[in-house]
Amino acid sequence: MNVILFLIFAAIAVVCGVNVVVQTHPISSAISLIGVMGSLAVLFLLLGAEFLAAVQVIVYAGAVMVLFVFVIMLLNAGVEIRQGRALLAQVLGIPLLFAFLGLMAYFTRSMFPSGRDVRFGEFHYGSAADIGRALFTQYLLPFEVISVLILIAILGAVVLAQKELD
Amino acid sequence: MTGVPLSWYLILSAVLFTLGIAGFLQRRNIITVFMSIELMLNAVNLTFITFSYQLKQVNGQIFSFFVMVVAAAEAAVGLAIILTVFKNRQTLNIDEVSSMKD
Amino acid sequence: MNFFLLSLIKAVVVAFVLLTTLAYLQWVERKVIAHIQVRPGPYRVGPHGLLQPLADVIKLITKEDLIPPYTSKFLYLLAPFIAVTMALISISVIPFGGPIRIFGDNTWMQLTDLNIGVLFVLAISSVGVYGIALAGWASNNKYSLLGGLRSSAQMISYELPLSLAVAAPLLLLNTLSLRTIVERQSGYYLGFIPHWSIFQMPMPQIFSFVIFLIAAFAETNRIPFDLPEAENELVAGYHTEYSSMKFAAFFMAEYSNMVTVCAMTTTLFLGGWLPLWPAAAGSEFLPTLIFLFAGAIALYHGLNPVRRRDAYTFPAVAVVFFVLALIFLVPMLRGALLPLFWFAAKTGGLLFVFIWIRGTLPRFRYDQLMAFAWKFMFPVAVVNLLVTALLVALFS
Repeated sequence: MNVILFLIFAAIAVVCGVNVVVQTHPISSAISLIGVMGSLAVLFLLLGAEFLAAVQVIVYAGAVMVLFVFVIMLLNAGVEIRQGRALLAQVLGIPLLFAFLGLMAYFTRSMFPSGRDVRFGEFHYGSAADIGRALFTQYLLPFEVISVLILIAILGAVVLAQKELD
Repeated sequence: MTGVPLSWYLILSAVLFTLGIAGFLQRRNIITVFMSIELMLNAVNLTFITFSYQLKQVNGQIFSFFVMVVAAAEAAVGLAIILTVFKNRQTLNIDEVSSMKD
Repeated sequence: MNFFLLSLIKAVVVAFVLLTTLAYLQWVERKVIAHIQVRPGPYRVGPHGLLQPLADVIKLITKEDLIPPYTSKFLYLLAPFIAVTMALISISVIPFGGPIRIFGDNTWMQLTDLNIGVLFVLAISSVGVYGIALAGWASNNKYSLLGGLRSSAQMISYELPLSLAVAAPLLLLNTLSLRTIVERQSGYYLGFIPHWSIFQMPMPQIFSFVIFLIAAFAETNRIPFDLPEAENELVAGYHTEYSSMKFAAFFMAEYSNMVTVCAMTTTLFLGGWLPLWPAAAGSEFLPTLIFLFAGAIALYHGLNPVRRRDAYTFPAVAVVFFVLALIFLVPMLRGALLPLFWFAAKTGGLLFVFIWIRGTLPRFRYDQLMAFAWKFMFPVAVVNLLVTALLVALFS
């Protein structure tokens, strides 16, 4: 059951990821990226990170990507025109990509022999209470710093996007 | 019940990260480049949570949480910059925003 | 019994009840708004317009299903699909009642209980924004695009006060699972004040309740926040170019969102399926009394008919109410039906408030609406959360 769920959602993630890179219109890339984030949220659930799966959907897929979709709709740029690329890149690109990924897969498997498999329900430290406890005790300083960072980002976005006061 | 080997999650994360890099280097539309960056950040999140599972600690998930927050802040400011670039240059093609070149 | 079979039965029952409720919620809305406006409402199609939803469904199914040219077909077809799927999924974690025994298995009157139930509902409503944004974009129509963008911006702006208003009672209840939230609201102060969130010490969550309700009006695009889909403002907003079943999908999604948001309010603030006063003081006979009273009123109007047809329809309605009153007296069914009655009564009361406000208030202009969200609701929600946190930290 774990293997089936992982294979299904990993396949969806990879197909949507390829779609993000390949599609010409930005809005199709945006929808595919939402698909990637959704399937990653399910994979987080399989790894026991229930709070993070919910945060991924609420924040990433539900707010950041809505922002992307808004900007694409506002700018209405249209499809991207493919310009010429070097012949070497076109011919060797995809086989080299597969070779690289194969090498990565081989080294990863040899470094992590299958002694510790991922089963749903085995990880007990991913609940909201545990994350809250860690955030407010051990990682309190980064938490406060990141709230200042968000404030800076809000100010920056408001200043950049406001109308010129003529 | 059989579990999923941990290396599969890491390989998936590597695949997504590579796809993100490919999109980042290849595409010319600035918004698609930005979306490839978000894809890379998502792949890194998956790696963090996988290692958090392996080490049986919650710290990896905290790091992933911070990555998400930083990505959200970066998306907000980056998109505001993109809007400003579009307002001034009327183009979203990063090859054409090259007046400081040479 | 097999877990999958039991879940399947529960899912089928909940889906059936939800879809029937959506159809008849529309009938209730039209009747209530009509009576607020001193007119009879749907009256001809079936007795007192009760078959009006059926007529509407038949009309919508048999209408011409056209796809306008120059639209992105995939996005055009995907948008109502996302809207209605997300709206229907979010009902799956709401607890409708307590533990019951079906066919020898102990189970709960809830489709599934997640550890992160509250976050699940918030997440699904966040993704539901895409249905509207993509509908506005894919219709290739400037009114749709404006309506879609405005509606999505409104929904994501009001998600913030909504989430903060949800966070405040969670400080008192200390859990994210909806079943546990209802369980922690059981018990009574002084023997008769229930332990619901809006009455709980150290901080009764009245302000959170009001903020949540106002933000819920904005999330579901109901009056006074329905400028993006108002007929006389933006043609019809984001569903201008949608006909027949796709329009019905958006319609269903809006009503389903309304039901979900009222159910969430009931669960978080009003104690879910818990009764208003203890069973020892006789709250078990309240449904019977209410149905007897309603049956008596219907019988009275049937015996003094205003219109000729009333002499037949009202006594039939009275008989239905008396049968319901008798069903609530059967001790075996009472254990399962009483929590359902309380849940339905509270949710129905909130739905009536939604419909009542629709018939009464004018709508906000768009800039007033957004200013209200960011300059008033958000600071009030933050201050409410801070005060709740302070009182919980001092007195617990």
